[in-house]
Amino acid sequence: MLYIPGNNPAMLQQGGVYGADGILLDLEDAVALNQKDAARILVSHMLKHIDYDTCEVTVRVNHIDTPFGEEDLHAIVPLQPHALRIPKVETTEELQRILDIVHKIEEAHGLPHDQMKLHVMIETALGVENVYKLARFSPRIDAISIGGQDLAADMQLVKANDGIGIDYARKQIVMAAKSCKIDVFDTVYVDVDDEDGLRVEAEYIKKLGFTGKAIINPRQIEIVNDVFTPTEKEIRKAAKIYKAFERNKAEGIGVFAVDGKMVDAPVVQRAIRVLEMADVDLSTL
Amino acid sequence: MELKIKAQAGSFESSDVLIMVEPLDTGAGRQIELQSIVMKQFGEELLTQIHNELDQWEVNDVRIIVNDKGALSPTISARLETALKRSAGLQTGTLI
Repeated sequence: MLYIPGNNPAMLQQGGVYGADGILLDLEDAVALNQKDAARILVSHMLKHIDYDTCEVTVRVNHIDTPFGEEDLHAIVPLQPHALRIPKVETTEELQRILDIVHKIEEAHGLPHDQMKLHVMIETALGVENVYKLARFSPRIDAISIGGQDLAADMQLVKANDGIGIDYARKQIVMAAKSCKIDVFDTVYVDVDDEDGLRVEAEYIKKLGFTGKAIINPRQIEIVNDVFTPTEKEIRKAAKIYKAFERNKAEGIGVFAVDGKMVDAPVVQRAIRVLEMADVDLSTL
Repeated sequence: MELKIKAQAGSFESSDVLIMVEPLDTGAGRQIELQSIVMKQFGEELLTQIHNELDQWEVNDVRIIVNDKGALSPTISARLETALKRSAGLQTGTLI
């Protein structure tokens, strides 16, 4: 997911052409305090008039405890982007307050209450400790993400770039997301010139179970896509497993072998997941 | 919309536009000063857009300085709206 500063017209209007699966139009940390109004209005106009094609558009609003948060919700909710990202969430009470405001705005505009999704962003130690309760708080929450920079600051970590200090948090957040079967996105990699470092981190967090990663520069898109897209070998293997599953299912067999290895339900599920990530239509196999 | 103070919005960055608004006395009309890097191609369209939007906001007695660096219509609309709201005291932000 490519982060785009909400007060930058050049980047906002081009957001959909870089090849990211999703873009995040940022009204929060990427916008100076004295330009919050300008960014809110600019993003609103962009949402109304720019065609981002198949790119999923998320808007990160300011926290409702800031002077800007509620105004952001009033401006953005009626425009119904794919998702609203709520930063620095720590408690279910905050989430309830936010949901109540979102609900009222949608009522006032005659909008459904289940179309626009919510992303919960965990950026503090308290948020990490409460993440299980937060992840399952509402069916509208379809992703959790970790804000590594803010989390490291909250934890008063001296050196944050190696990821050691936030490793526990990453794992907790992944587990909470998986328990609710929702997406989970990793934090940004701030050194845009270190492509090798980005690849190493992306490969690590993929192994942890993250389903995507935030990026701050279009140059990072190809590397992250490369890591998260299954290889041809993985796709062929997954297709083989799936075809064998369908054949065996027809005969009432639940556990079978492919290339000498046992295949049961979890293995089939993983194969289906690989094929979905590769955009393979299962009906064509 | 009643304008109260000078205000501006936008920037000189590429694809942006800097718009400054200044309320004038009643009856003074609209004074629009326009500079654009695409003046020849889109100057007339830009001026029409600004007048149409001032009509929508019901703003008549105003001086507007527009310095355009190739902004698209949504950006022009957004920056004009921001400058007008700042001038009317409806938003907080950068003021001259």
